[in-house]
Amino acid sequence: MLLSDAFNNGESLRRYCLENSIPIYEAMIRREVKISEQPREEIIAEMQKNLDVMRASVERGLNSKVESVSGLSGGEAMKLFKYGKHNPFSGYTACRAAASSMAVVEVNASMGRIVAAPTAGASGILAGALIEAGRQRGWSDETLIEGLFTAGAIGLIFAKNATISGAGGGCQAETGVAACMTAAALVEISGGAPVQALDAAAMAMKNVLGLICDPVAGLVECPCIKRNALGAVNAMLCADMALAGITSLIPFDEVVSAMYKVGKDIRVEYRETARGGLATTPTGKAVAERVKRLQGN
Amino acid sequence: MEDFSVFDIIGPRMTGPSSSHTAGAVRLAHIARKIAAEDVAEASFTLYGSFAETGKGHGTDKALVAGVLGMDPDDPRIKEAFTVAREMGVQVSVEFSDEAPKHPNTARIVITGSDGQITDVVGQSVGGGNIRISEINGLAVEFSGEYPTLIIQHNDKPGVIAEVSHVLAQLNVNIAFMRVFRHGKGEDAYMTIETDQPVTQDMQSMILRLCDGINKLFVV
Repeated sequence: MLLSDAFNNGESLRRYCLENSIPIYEAMIRREVKISEQPREEIIAEMQKNLDVMRASVERGLNSKVESVSGLSGGEAMKLFKYGKHNPFSGYTACRAAASSMAVVEVNASMGRIVAAPTAGASGILAGALIEAGRQRGWSDETLIEGLFTAGAIGLIFAKNATISGAGGGCQAETGVAACMTAAALVEISGGAPVQALDAAAMAMKNVLGLICDPVAGLVECPCIKRNALGAVNAMLCADMALAGITSLIPFDEVVSAMYKVGKDIRVEYRETARGGLATTPTGKAVAERVKRLQGN
Repeated sequence: MEDFSVFDIIGPRMTGPSSSHTAGAVRLAHIARKIAAEDVAEASFTLYGSFAETGKGHGTDKALVAGVLGMDPDDPRIKEAFTVAREMGVQVSVEFSDEAPKHPNTARIVITGSDGQITDVVGQSVGGGNIRISEINGLAVEFSGEYPTLIIQHNDKPGVIAEVSHVLAQLNVNIAFMRVFRHGKGEDAYMTIETDQPVTQDMQSMILRLCDGINKLFVV
């Protein structure tokens, strides 16, 4: 298996990793060194910058009330974070990861600085779940960066074989893919094998297959912020399942192509156009009118 | 997306909330600034389609102002772009149009330089922070800004294109995409050349020195 073919799909990636006895993140780093013609240290340093911005966005959203430009959202991450200290139903770690994910997307909506992963609208999932998991397990930045490369590999396979835009495939292509990326990253840096990482990713997508993109007033706020919370928990649950030895009946690559096909079948009203779903409920429409009146100011 | 980097998936680092309506808008206006040779005394923006519909909530107006002032998509000052413009003494105005554009996320950016020279740029944000410039000073063009792009305004006469590509070849600069446009036969013409290697200041001077018939040259 050649490095240039390793990222064609999940199966080629698994084989490449097996033949070379390396994890997915190592394959991803080698690919980046090759295509960018940059030294390995530069690439790691660039990813460290992403991690730093991710961490800063989590901290900011958890510790201060950040209001969105539209005034529709803000401060909910902080609420969940505080509540989560007292025995939440979703569990301490999952609840904190969910709050952290919401924090990032609230910062995003306030015109703050975030790292798109794979998009701005889904930017909370990887950052929130990975940083919270790292805090709990005492992972170093070095380890978290490895996780970001694993996540990048999964995202890349979706980008090559399907789509990672809400306009192209609905919310499953944004928060869904972000959850797959995150699940795989958590598995690998917890010591799981590449095949387990791929299983975790497959399961995460299966859980939200067909999810539409129906942003109220066309803004990256409702339902995006709470779907990031769901994505973080989905990722952690699927990582746990894969690490427990549970496999996906439908292999990762078949899930990717099913997602692509479903995405294309989703009517355009439900693909980021704000012309269906929650966006066209009576309340959704009223909010859109209110936001539109902002244009005059 | 064959050759996409890991940093296209984990990244870019950007000021939210939207890669298309915020980050893309910053890039669009930043490129317009470069086309205006970074001389911006005044800038007016007209937003069309989805830019006009949801632009305010996405901060598209602020993003465009930020771009024209030279900010990058991850600049933390984007939110305060109007204030920054005032501090820099750049006059800005934004209009939201009802007119239906060909592409939903379209903006027209008209820059007036300190000498009164007007640069009129139309572009689109095509998703994921990627953009396309479709018009410069009323002339239809097409480039993405993803590659170093050499824009040359030249006389429409035989040999100019050959000379420019010859000099680039000598400089070991590979042309990825190249297009030529003109107002009419023998009139003003433009070349847009997207290259794999950066075109340095020295290289630009060399092209200007060695090629006959070039009126203006800039790199975005």
